Amino acid sequence: MSSPVIVALLAGIVVLDAAQAPGPRAARGPAPSLARPTSAATTPGADGFLRRWLVLEPIGVSGQLTDSAVQTAVKTEYFPDQLTSLPRDGDTLSVGDTKVAWHGVDSIGYNVNLYHFAYALDKPTSNVLFWVVTVVNAPREMSGVRLAIGSNAASVWWVNGKEVIGIYNERQTVIDDGVSKRLTLKQGPNVVRAAIVNAGGHTDFCARFLDDQDRPLKGITVSLRLQEAR
Amino acid sequence: MTRLLSAILLVAAPLPILLVSPVLALDGDVGMHDPSTVVVHDGKFYAYGTGNGLPISISDDGWTWRRAGTLMQALPAGRPGPEVIARGGNNTWAPDLIRSGDKYFVYYSAPGTQPKAAIGLLVGKTLDPSSADYKWEDGGPVVWSDGVEDSNAIDPGVFRDPTNGSLWLTYGSYFGYIRLVELNQKTGQRLYPDRKPINVAINGEASIMIFRDGWYYLLVTHGSCCVGANSSYNIRMGRAKKVTGPFIDNMGIDMLQGGGKLFLGSGGRYVGPGHFGLLDLGAGVQKFSCHYEADLDRGGISVLDIRPLLWRDGWPVAGENFREGTYQIESARTGTALELAVQGTPVGGLRGRGGRGGAGAAGGTPIPAQDAAQVSASWPSGPVDVRMAPYMLQAQQKWTVTPVANAGGYPGSPYFKITIAGTDRALTATEDQELVVLAAFSGRPEQLWRIDQLTDGTYRVMPKAIPNSKESLALSAVGSSTPTLAKFTPDSDRQRWLFKTP
Repeated sequence: MSSPVIVALLAGIVVLDAAQAPGPRAARGPAPSLARPTSAATTPGADGFLRRWLVLEPIGVSGQLTDSAVQTAVKTEYFPDQLTSLPRDGDTLSVGDTKVAWHGVDSIGYNVNLYHFAYALDKPTSNVLFWVVTVVNAPREMSGVRLAIGSNAASVWWVNGKEVIGIYNERQTVIDDGVSKRLTLKQGPNVVRAAIVNAGGHTDFCARFLDDQDRPLKGITVSLRLQEAR
Repeated sequence: MTRLLSAILLVAAPLPILLVSPVLALDGDVGMHDPSTVVVHDGKFYAYGTGNGLPISISDDGWTWRRAGTLMQALPAGRPGPEVIARGGNNTWAPDLIRSGDKYFVYYSAPGTQPKAAIGLLVGKTLDPSSADYKWEDGGPVVWSDGVEDSNAIDPGVFRDPTNGSLWLTYGSYFGYIRLVELNQKTGQRLYPDRKPINVAINGEASIMIFRDGWYYLLVTHGSCCVGANSSYNIRMGRAKKVTGPFIDNMGIDMLQGGGKLFLGSGGRYVGPGHFGLLDLGAGVQKFSCHYEADLDRGGISVLDIRPLLWRDGWPVAGENFREGTYQIESARTGTALELAVQGTPVGGLRGRGGRGGAGAAGGTPIPAQDAAQVSASWPSGPVDVRMAPYMLQAQQKWTVTPVANAGGYPGSPYFKITIAGTDRALTATEDQELVVLAAFSGRPEQLWRIDQLTDGTYRVMPKAIPNSKESLALSAVGSSTPTLAKFTPDSDRQRWLFKTP
């Protein structure tokens, strides 16, 4: 074990292994709760949380969090194929006059801290929408499973292009807050996508799959590319 | 003490179907006095009561009851055996029964001129009168009182000790003691006929024992019976660490000295509850049966009822069957409330709170409660998802729960429909074992709901049926914002719900 780097956090202290790559390319220094992926795929821990994500730099929105306002926000086309494309780490695109980039991240904790992510990049954290996407590889067809998420604040989620969860209004991230109806993961790669809308203050999310007994789903791996998800 | 009137009560004509609001006490032909424990056999519910030949009551669902002849009809002589009559008399009162191995033992009171009385035994293999195996054999007298001793050998209550499988019988009625003897599990007769019965209580009748968490509970009925609404019958209890007692009440008084914590007295429209019987439905759902001396909604006759059995601080508590009304339905797991998945509107509309300190000591204009008529114009007209959210007093979070007539039921209650208050939008189970609110109530089984109060006072909510499924599932909080249907797990808060008055 190499010597650790001690990083002060807003809410405490986290010990990072020096071998961990720093978080997103940082304008203000690395995001303390995020690291850059260093392997092709990762396996969720016993708690099942998906910790590897591609996160798009925040897009400015109204920040209203009602059902209708969030649905309008997430259904607005900001870039082509936003509900079907699978970007690469570092890809950039234009949203209006703003250029934004995708960043691959591994979350150190169970939740992905979008406030850390945006703050490190010197991007806004209020009245913003974050697109996130990841690939979950199932070793076999897995039926009766559920996507279970929590988010601060509102969020809408898709699995393989189908909208499965929407939670609205100002809220904090609670494990298994919004849970999809039972769904089937196909054998091989499955794309999980979300849009998280924040009005102000802290913003983060967590996500995992539950099996048909509502236990964390075992046997899956997570990657950022379809061909690496095994 | 006399119980001569009890037989008269039972000759009343079959009752019309009643759905009494808001309190419901079973349906169909529920006239009964001194009911036995309600026993489930091959999916049907059976109860027996005082009356000529021991009348049989059967229910397919525990809600709607019908008469089915008498037990004594299945005996060759059609009446108690000669030894029973010799030790007691020719009357047939207050039976109780239990399954032991492949047999049922029915114990019944055969009083003569009280306190000369006997408790007789019937032995059979099935409770179903339509079965080819249906017959009862006279097992003779089990215990008796000679008319002089401190005992009146009627009102048997039979109990199996779950710690070792032993079988016990309590009996007695006011004259002298409530007594306890151990039974032979194979024959139903006394295991030690030469031993002196153990005195366990006085001042009561209709005794029976139950067991929970290391305690034996003796429940007896105190007060007077058989005079309709003037009956002071009430159910009392004590508990002991040994099956043989001493049974002590909540104030430390031995039931042999008249102690007894109240379990259930008169209330609502019912006078004089007596003859406790445990109906354990498994999976943490317990009910109890009793009769009321007078059901005021049925002209004051004596009727059978089945109610939830709760537990609090180590004592059983009589729950009440679910009452129709408008409620918020809150998950015990998450504290969030079931709602129609529509965008909520703040009660009173969007407004600030005024300056700090509000509108002054007198306050502002009262804000009326929000109902569906105020806010539902924007709700979709078709099917709408169901979700959970913090309760905010909003219309999409208020549910009216209403009993449905002629749709069957379950022990103690009819099925209910659950609709958004002020609308006909009905909670519905879907084929994929999820939930939706449909625009209207159709009466289909997936819109009929069984609401059982659990032993901790919370409720289990189950659809009567799920389309194209034989699974029996319960409303479940799979996440803070997400309800679903799932198998009931009694050790979890997932399927426990609170019904709160909004």
